[in-house]
Amino acid sequence: MDKRTFRIFRYDSSKSESPGFQSFEVPAEKGMTVLEGLIYIQDNLDGSLAFRSSCRAGVCGSCAMHINGKYCLACETQIYELKSKTVTIRPMAHLKVIKDLFVDLKPFWEKYKLIKPYLMAGEPGPERESIQTADDRLKLEGLIDCILCGACYASCPVGETHSEYLGPAALLKVNRFVQDTRDNAEEERLNGVSGFNGVFRCHTIFNCQEVCPKELDPTGSIADLKRKIMGKKFGLSKIYK
Amino acid sequence: MKYLDAIVVGGGLAGLRAAIALNQRNVKVGVISKVHPLRSHSIEAQGGINASLGNHIRGGHDDWKKHTFDTVKGSDYLADQKTAAKLTQSAVECIVEMEHWGCPFSRTEDGKIAQRPFGGAGFPRTCYASDKIGHVLLHTLFEQIVRFEHGAEREQMQVFDEWFVTSVVIDDGCCHGVIVMNVVTGELEEFKSDAVVFATGGAGRIYGKTTNALINSGRSMSMPFWAGVPLKDMEFIQFHPTSLYGTNILMTEGCRGEGGFLLNNKEERFLAFYDDSKKAMEIAPRDIISRNIQKEIHAGKGFEDAYVHLDLRHLGEKKIMERLPGIRSLCLNFASVDPIYELVPIQPGQHYTMGGIDTNINAETRVMGLFAAGECACVSVHGANRLGGNSLLETLVYGKIAGESAADYILAGGPPKKDEGIMKDALKRDEDKINEFLRSSGKEKHSEIKMDLNNIMDDKVGIFREKRSLEKALEGVRELKDRFKNIKILNRERRLNQELINIMELEGNLDIAEVIVMGALAREESRGSQSRTDFPKRDDENWLKHTLAYYTPDGIKIEYTSVDVSMYEPKERKY
Repeated sequence: MDKRTFRIFRYDSSKSESPGFQSFEVPAEKGMTVLEGLIYIQDNLDGSLAFRSSCRAGVCGSCAMHINGKYCLACETQIYELKSKTVTIRPMAHLKVIKDLFVDLKPFWEKYKLIKPYLMAGEPGPERESIQTADDRLKLEGLIDCILCGACYASCPVGETHSEYLGPAALLKVNRFVQDTRDNAEEERLNGVSGFNGVFRCHTIFNCQEVCPKELDPTGSIADLKRKIMGKKFGLSKIYK
Repeated sequence: MKYLDAIVVGGGLAGLRAAIALNQRNVKVGVISKVHPLRSHSIEAQGGINASLGNHIRGGHDDWKKHTFDTVKGSDYLADQKTAAKLTQSAVECIVEMEHWGCPFSRTEDGKIAQRPFGGAGFPRTCYASDKIGHVLLHTLFEQIVRFEHGAEREQMQVFDEWFVTSVVIDDGCCHGVIVMNVVTGELEEFKSDAVVFATGGAGRIYGKTTNALINSGRSMSMPFWAGVPLKDMEFIQFHPTSLYGTNILMTEGCRGEGGFLLNNKEERFLAFYDDSKKAMEIAPRDIISRNIQKEIHAGKGFEDAYVHLDLRHLGEKKIMERLPGIRSLCLNFASVDPIYELVPIQPGQHYTMGGIDTNINAETRVMGLFAAGECACVSVHGANRLGGNSLLETLVYGKIAGESAADYILAGGPPKKDEGIMKDALKRDEDKINEFLRSSGKEKHSEIKMDLNNIMDDKVGIFREKRSLEKALEGVRELKDRFKNIKILNRERRLNQELINIMELEGNLDIAEVIVMGALAREESRGSQSRTDFPKRDDENWLKHTLAYYTPDGIKIEYTSVDVSMYEPKERKY
């Protein structure tokens, strides 16, 4: 049977041992994913390995991690498509490691909650569904699909130096509501992200767009928000929409 | 010890909707979920959610009564008809509420919520959001939780994510709370409350070939079961016709609703060759299509003796990108095919547990203060077979009903006051159990027992069942339970011990599997998703009844209870 070496970051924050890498030999075959490799290790070789997983179909966002040089979802990463016989796995950056690949996502969730990620229609809705034309609904494409996996947050270099920066996922979420014709809180939302930790911390590096497993574009959304904010500030809303 | 008015176990659609209902009644509620709510299996739902909005060109004359009839007929007349009516009557209200909360449904030409045809439905009534309905519904509900989490205007609502419930505390016919393990620290804590709502989802991972997430184990259903609450109709397991060959990831019924075909190895639309699907073809209900696919494969007209093809090529790139982009991603990532140009390999896979914790029309169990909603509950609205799009509806409607019923109970005084001793005793029992697992010097690998269980269920308790193989299955499951007593553990630490959690989940899986097999063996008829080759006909005279399974120290006891057929007389089920 074919084999691969899984070289995995190991660290338990409750213990004094330094972090390091541990290698495991995993039987591999075509169609096997990195997540299946991790499950094999936990089941057969080392029951103390810790990682998150749930849907195994790339839709829940549990298993974002750094695999052979890039952030991706372990459950949809094919071992045979990685160019090496060694699969090197690191946890997401900018988040405290609790154990191995299991990181503390609290700061990520806090930032998501901070930007008020819920529709603010301003008035009670009509008796039936509010009307939204197909064209208006199209504006939400690429914005509603975020699974909040954190890959963009981990890959953004600004997170290294500004721990309070809201980050690409939260800012994409702001744009999701700004673009929703049923939302009536644009001014409040733009004010909320035009401060020190908002859109202007983004240096248009594009890492987030590169790693997003759903092929979304937080950089683009952040740029849209910047344009709207500056447009309003200088009375140029007709140009900077 | 933590004190809450109400506890909701499970952070998926039903759990979050129940929590919102409780919060709206100004009840202090805690949602306990073993994963972050947004990682719940609800997120994997694809096709849509049913409501008789009548927005489709061909759906103008739809109403809740027609929806009820379709549901009852779809259930092969095992659904409790008044509960099915309650489900459909609240459908429009629930969908409109979600839309007002921001749920981004796909739209018709005139800006209304778009609906698509689905199996067993007389009118196109499945409201959709391309093919990611679970994602949009779950995110919308979670956003509402975030909105009220910090309890400025109302009593507090807290989410305890990555806390794993180990048992439910029931004393003298009354529920007093749950014992919970903090997944990170491994420590147990008592969560005392006046009411508990179970919304823990289905038990799909008892099977190997399942569309379900890895987290869907039988353990959650087993907790009330071990505490004396009966499980109802567990033998009725839905096999979804189209799961991707290899991973069994779901390919939504919407593929067929949008016009997709099922082809055998001669590229024939083989459903035309079977009496029960030749009229409705690909839009026949799931149990019928799953059976016919299986028959086709058995007859050697499949591929590799395992799958057939789903053909979406004629839908065209535009329609697929607009209405089925999610399944296209799944096909590319997990089967290396592009459905725009290629055929998709599919086979039936375990998908849904019609059975579950026995509840009544108000989501109440037989234990005071214990409620259940969603896939883990059996009211029964789905009877012997569930229509696509009705499960999501059940999570919202019955999630709300469970929350309301729990709120009524709490505001009327709740349970008789008990001293905290019962909570402390329960914690000690669970602590002892966990320590026993951690000390275990057994030789049996949990992953091997699980694989053996999966194989037994896939092979012997699948779409087609028969006495001897069911008896072998029962023997097999009991043997696995024996082997489980000798379980091996590699990780003996408390902190973040996922191996320990997997072992505890397996314990629940084994008991639930036994209930399923016993129910299937006892029910000597074919109805809905239960197909007995030795009893191929539906037998209303002897079997128009619900199965109830009780846990006793001497083994599982099976009883029966009547079905509400007050609205429609059971007839032969033909499409």
